[in-house]
Amino acid sequence: MADHAAHRDHPHGLAHQFEDMPQQKESAVIGMWSFLITEILFFGGFFATYLIYRSYYPYAFFEGSSHLDILLGGINTAVLIVSSLTMAMAVHESHSGNKKRIMVYLILTGILGLTFLVIKYFEYSSKVEHGLVPGLVWHPHGEYSPQLALFFSLYFGMTGMHALHMVVGIGLLTWVFVKTAQGTYTAEYNAPIEIFGLYWHFVDIVWIFLFPLLYLLGTQGGH
Amino acid sequence: MQTDFPLFPDSASSFAFHVDALYFGILALCVFFALLVVILVVVFAIKYQRKSDDEVPRQIAGHLGLEIFWTAIPLVLALGVFVWATVVYFHLITPPANAMEMYVVGKQWMWKLQHPEGKKEINELHVPLGEAVRLTMTSEDVLHSFYIPAFRVKKDVVPGRYTNLWFKATQVGSYHLFCAEFCGTEHSRMIGTVHVLEPQDYEAWLTGGTANEPMEVAGERLFEQYACHTCHKMDGSGRGPSLAGLFGKTVALEGGGTALINEAYIRESILNPAAKVMAGYKPIMPTFKGQISEEGIIQLIAYIKSLKAPELTNLE
Amino acid sequence: MAIVERDIRTSEDAPRVNYLNNGYGLKSWLLTKDHKRIAVLYIISISIFFALGGLFASLVRFELMTPEGDLMSSDTYNKVFSMHGIIMVFFFLVPSIPATIGNFLVPIMVGAKDLAFPRVNLLSWYVYVVAGILGTIAVVGGGVDTGWTFYTPYSSTYSNSNVILTAMAAFLAGFSSILTGLNFVVTIHTMRAPGMTWFRLPLFVWSHYATSLIMLLGTPVIAITLVLLMLERGFGFGFFDPNLGGDPVLFQHLFWFYSHPAVYIMILPSMGVMSEMVACVARKRVFGYEFVAFSSVAIAILGFLVWGHHMFVSSQSTYAGMVFSVITFLVAVPSAIKTFNWTATLYKGSIVFDTPMFYVYGYLGLFLVGGLTGLFLSSMGLDIHLHDTYFVVAHFHYIMVGGQVMGYLGGMHFWWPKITGKMYPDIWGRVSALLVFLGFNLTFFPQFILGYMGMPRRYHVYPDEFQVLNVASSLGASILALGYLIPGAYLTWSIFKGPKAPDNPWGAKGLEWETTSPPPTFNFDETPLVTEEAYQYGPIEEH
Repeated sequence: MADHAAHRDHPHGLAHQFEDMPQQKESAVIGMWSFLITEILFFGGFFATYLIYRSYYPYAFFEGSSHLDILLGGINTAVLIVSSLTMAMAVHESHSGNKKRIMVYLILTGILGLTFLVIKYFEYSSKVEHGLVPGLVWHPHGEYSPQLALFFSLYFGMTGMHALHMVVGIGLLTWVFVKTAQGTYTAEYNAPIEIFGLYWHFVDIVWIFLFPLLYLLGTQGGH
Repeated sequence: MQTDFPLFPDSASSFAFHVDALYFGILALCVFFALLVVILVVVFAIKYQRKSDDEVPRQIAGHLGLEIFWTAIPLVLALGVFVWATVVYFHLITPPANAMEMYVVGKQWMWKLQHPEGKKEINELHVPLGEAVRLTMTSEDVLHSFYIPAFRVKKDVVPGRYTNLWFKATQVGSYHLFCAEFCGTEHSRMIGTVHVLEPQDYEAWLTGGTANEPMEVAGERLFEQYACHTCHKMDGSGRGPSLAGLFGKTVALEGGGTALINEAYIRESILNPAAKVMAGYKPIMPTFKGQISEEGIIQLIAYIKSLKAPELTNLE
Repeated sequence: MAIVERDIRTSEDAPRVNYLNNGYGLKSWLLTKDHKRIAVLYIISISIFFALGGLFASLVRFELMTPEGDLMSSDTYNKVFSMHGIIMVFFFLVPSIPATIGNFLVPIMVGAKDLAFPRVNLLSWYVYVVAGILGTIAVVGGGVDTGWTFYTPYSSTYSNSNVILTAMAAFLAGFSSILTGLNFVVTIHTMRAPGMTWFRLPLFVWSHYATSLIMLLGTPVIAITLVLLMLERGFGFGFFDPNLGGDPVLFQHLFWFYSHPAVYIMILPSMGVMSEMVACVARKRVFGYEFVAFSSVAIAILGFLVWGHHMFVSSQSTYAGMVFSVITFLVAVPSAIKTFNWTATLYKGSIVFDTPMFYVYGYLGLFLVGGLTGLFLSSMGLDIHLHDTYFVVAHFHYIMVGGQVMGYLGGMHFWWPKITGKMYPDIWGRVSALLVFLGFNLTFFPQFILGYMGMPRRYHVYPDEFQVLNVASSLGASILALGYLIPGAYLTWSIFKGPKAPDNPWGAKGLEWETTSPPPTFNFDETPLVTEEAYQYGPIEEH
């Protein structure tokens, strides 16, 4: 397959099916945006379910929200926002192809991503301790609304799916990092860093919606 | 009643004519368009059959007028059918005020039905000829769907909520009752028979056999058994609102908003009392979830419906 | 009229390198990034599932020949019809045309060397295969009995079958179709050859663009719905459980938000196939090109706003039902536009009686019935009676089998010379089209009558008076099965013994007919320059 392309004037990083670099980059960006649209609809199903049940059972949702740890959730929000900044810096550096700086920012992003997951782990284990995992460890203390389980089903479903996207993101980040270290990306060919950045920002934005919907609801003091 | 090879269902309710008319109306429309296209393409195939291998017909790009024509005509016809079908639909879902009330509980894999006079049936429903009957239905487990083809009525039976269906039988006979929503292994055996009887036969049937206590009497017994009356005092002096004359009213709720007191509201208030608390009362009622059966709830509802508002004679 | 300026060596030269002979051995296939080879992989895999789904369909029809459930137990019957539906929908119909013919043709038709993301394309096939294996394990390990609709709370709580495994399989199959749709959208946007403007695209490409939009926007919602179902069943999370305050009807909303648009995934591609074939059969430009193109997009958009017409009796709000009903009637209009434009294309054409023509005519007949009977079901007053009866079963089989499968087989016959480089005996193609058409009508037309008489779907045993029509339907099914088996035989024969196909056996227009049969690995030796409209069989007259 390579022999077809080899005898052409072939820029570094250009795949065989494309005519030139701009076409390749445009395709990559449109492709990632299309993928993110599917992700929006995927999480949209969760958000729709959340909104419907919250309007059915505002009390239970208020009660559920007050079981969540706003401090840990808030720290995680800050962690993700900063990680978006470092990711944006990595993308920015990729335009000049500064390999060393790209690597630094990617490492920072990865560390922040892992921090988020570690904090999430502690949050989850405290929910297990308090018996707030529907279906698995369900024995909340004292009186509770019959639909409290519904809130926690949504809490674990939504944050779990988000955490899964974080894990996938860190896997992709590792791959982009290795490629950067190998010197694959140049000032001309850096689309993978850019489209990975889009994915990372998207996962952060999902959390920006999850945090108020799940955590801050309890601070409103009911109705 | 049934021949060996029928091609059309019995028509035994007041809806059957309207639904069948709609059916044949749309059928006529479809046959017209289908024949139009089929005749045209067949005629074209014969008339414009390729004569020689290098034949190139005139290339016509299109015709705006024609496009508008065959966009507008189907559009108008489709909207016309929509209006017609929706009128029939509203007729199908709007029971008259004086309809008899009957109750249906679906479970894997049987229909449990109860008449207001207390008579219970399984997989059989006796109804009087010419009387509007309104069914209130719920399910103990999965989704079911209550379907009487001869009446052209169907409604899903959903766990956790009440659905309604009404009909007026117009022909004496026995008709199929089907479960139309897939509900598990014996789905196709969750069937029964609807018997339409002359009114006097219905009365005789109702009074014959083992006597059951009327639903509101059974409901009253439950009302006392579960000690509902200790809070819901009839004179309104209890910790809960008086239920006398409450059914069908719209009341203000604690925390704003209003609610119509209907079957669904009462059911929710028994199972999840804190959800919608009447204004002026505290959310202190415990839940009866798991303690009372769907049939018990229906009997309680029948009892609450029967409670009339107190006479307003001693108002001073 | 050599308006497409290109330099393709004539096929009289020594054996050319084409996509089939530029590498042999299993590895050259399983690691290929060539969209044409991936299309062939898909053809083989979906054929396997079509056969499996067809086997289950035969069992259903055998069982229903008698009113008593005497061939198998109710439990087995429920599993058989469920697996028929799940396999046919998720493993055959959704990928049928897009992943095979579409995969093969979309890059060629836009004048590109490949899809934008060849590795993603291969990945989509592997995801499909993994999904297929999971599905097969679920079938072998006891099957699933929820129907393809997975309605809660039966699926989440009460069923004793392999729901999670099957839902996982459907989830992955959906992921595979997202990847296919994504590839098409990007390819059509960025990889069109010079001169290939949007309005010079073949209508096949337009219909695949519309299909891809649905795949991108709808499939994620079924994915999340299946995730919720799996979490509920696996962990006891109560999203749809009435005992925890969940709402089983919400599941139906989420399910149909995808699954109604999905039926357009199962018909739009075949409309694209028909537009290509009608033009070739009549040797004429498709009448009202822009209207046919935009009607595909209109169907894709309106298709997202009609899901509630599956729920007229589900206790959804009356006024929601009215909105869904009226939009459903509006969807009928673009379908009507297509049909009228195809008819007008035949007018004063030069119509040839060959295999593609037989499939075009068969498709038109079946799609007409399927589309028109949709009017009955979108009518609220009538749907109360018809919902969940055999009327519905007949209607959607006319669309999905009469439409999509007819389109798939027609397309396979039309492009078979291009894909394999071999010709099949035309007479056998016509025989199979005729058998499928007759067998199909005999199978499914009686079901309309059964449905209006009130026979509910998914019934293992049924009242005696329904037997005669059920027997007729089963007889039709055996003719239909024969109609499907014959092409399998002569098409396979043609690969080994068939005469060599010319580059353009039908005298059709389109970039795929300008390259060799089979095409070279990168489709064209030089990137084509497009200077003429689609279907320009002669000078085009405006009217």
